[in-house]
Amino acid sequence: MTDAILTVEELTIRFGAVTALDGVSLSVAPGERVALLGHNGAGKSTLFKTVLGFLQPAGGRLSIVDAAPGSNVARRAVSYLPEQVVFPKALTGAEVLTHFARLKGVAPKAALPLLEVVGIADAAGRAVGTYSKGMRQRLCLAQALIGTPRLLLLDEPTSGLDPISRREFYTVLEASARAGTAVLLSSHSLSEIENRIDRIAILAKGQLRAEGSLADLSRGAGLPIRIHVEAAEGRVEAVHAHLGGERVNGRSVVLTCRAEDKVGALTSLAALGSDVTDIDIALPDLDDVYRHYSVPIVEGAAQ
Amino acid sequence: MNSMDRMAAVAATEFRLAFRNRWVLLSTLAFTLFALALAFLGSGPSGALKADALTLTAASLSTLTVYLVPLMALLVSYDSIAGEIERGTLALVLATPLKRGELVVAKFLGHLAVLAMAIAIGYGIAGAVIAGVHGADDAGLVAWGRLLVTAVLLGAVFIALGMALSSLPRQAGTAAALAIGAWLILVVLYDLALLGAVIVDQGGMFTKTVFPALVLANPGDAFRLYNLALIEANAPIAGLDGLARTLPFPVSSAFVVLVLWLFAGLAVAWALTRRIRP
Repeated sequence: MTDAILTVEELTIRFGAVTALDGVSLSVAPGERVALLGHNGAGKSTLFKTVLGFLQPAGGRLSIVDAAPGSNVARRAVSYLPEQVVFPKALTGAEVLTHFARLKGVAPKAALPLLEVVGIADAAGRAVGTYSKGMRQRLCLAQALIGTPRLLLLDEPTSGLDPISRREFYTVLEASARAGTAVLLSSHSLSEIENRIDRIAILAKGQLRAEGSLADLSRGAGLPIRIHVEAAEGRVEAVHAHLGGERVNGRSVVLTCRAEDKVGALTSLAALGSDVTDIDIALPDLDDVYRHYSVPIVEGAAQ
Repeated sequence: MNSMDRMAAVAATEFRLAFRNRWVLLSTLAFTLFALALAFLGSGPSGALKADALTLTAASLSTLTVYLVPLMALLVSYDSIAGEIERGTLALVLATPLKRGELVVAKFLGHLAVLAMAIAIGYGIAGAVIAGVHGADDAGLVAWGRLLVTAVLLGAVFIALGMALSSLPRQAGTAAALAIGAWLILVVLYDLALLGAVIVDQGGMFTKTVFPALVLANPGDAFRLYNLALIEANAPIAGLDGLARTLPFPVSSAFVVLVLWLFAGLAVAWALTRRIRP
């Protein structure tokens, strides 16, 4: 009845008196990459564990390819990359991958090329104990990619990775998404996922505070856009008189406007013709948007 | 057949890990050395007795086995569940189609294969050396074979118990403490308590009725009782006179007790792992 891979409706999870998730609704479609953002304890890992069938909801519904979490159908569809995992040091990378391939009912021969995909094929025969943190994380990703899962659950997958490994990680993720895998990942690092995901969901204190593309969220937050206008030699007075805004460093004018006024501002800029030599538009970044949606609530809770 | 393949993968990995961390080598050495020490340094072989060296050493080794095999079995199994929770691999494993019951049974079989191999090699080498030096008769070979098989069964019981204890805490360190505690209580303190009670009772009601049942109920004592009673039935040994005849129950009930302990241990381990939220 739904074409989403993961459907979460009004999900509530309680641990005793503590409500870890409070009426959360979310869905992830095939080929879509959704990032789950939130402070520590916001409920990100709790949501993952519920999707895996480890926790029983106190209310609401959750389905993976229309099956119940933890059922055989759901387990075959989902792959998981936990936040913290230490594979046995004495096993080699190839042995770890073979082990999980057999658990997932995939021929080890079909799984081993994944070591190439994540860039650790050279270390396949070495003991995991000799791997660096980045290599272990790559092995973990290879494990999650076994059998082309329909839903990838990645709990803070890039923590502790260097910037190059991180970029390669998102390249692999993009290829998976293009092949139709739905991706749900959690992260603290807001700026790194900015152009690498399709949708953002912000959790705070177990509640979904916002959901949508970065542009949607920016618009919703009403955060200003900054337009940096560089004037031609000696024309800065004229530009400033025409546009208003704020003069900076002798040749430039900075305009701030709301998202819906952006086109109007650009139209009046165009009217200036050769008086303007360069334009730079700075949209509010993810850090600004994230702070707008989650920080007031956290601060409120602390009081 | 997917289920069999998943369980084979888990058991094979456990077996491989036990090899890599030299657990197999160390335990095999321990079993060989202790068995040989009893045979040649202890009071084992003596020409004055009717029984052969193999039978005599089997009798004394059955007492040592009660201490050594449970300890080794708990050492190999205490980490099995709690360690995987601590390292985060349990969540990963249980996210795959592997069922919790399959995990328990497969890990049990992997550990049992390791322990059985160590016992078979260790006691096998010692038996061959004793037979080579002192010679062996049929009764001796049977006693040795029975000791080997029941030692593996005793090991299986304590592997199952170790896995059950490993399903309680979330840290491997706590599981290790629980395992050592279980060994102390079941193997050492239980017998001391019974001995104390018998001394205090001075041959009264307790000694005649409750005591035999309590001895039978303990897996280590059941193992020792089974081996000694059957050895004594075939080849009388000084100090064990009439053991089999004085038992208020058939000797085979001791074997049944071991099998019951095994299934109870596995059932508890399975029930406890079902409650875990990895």
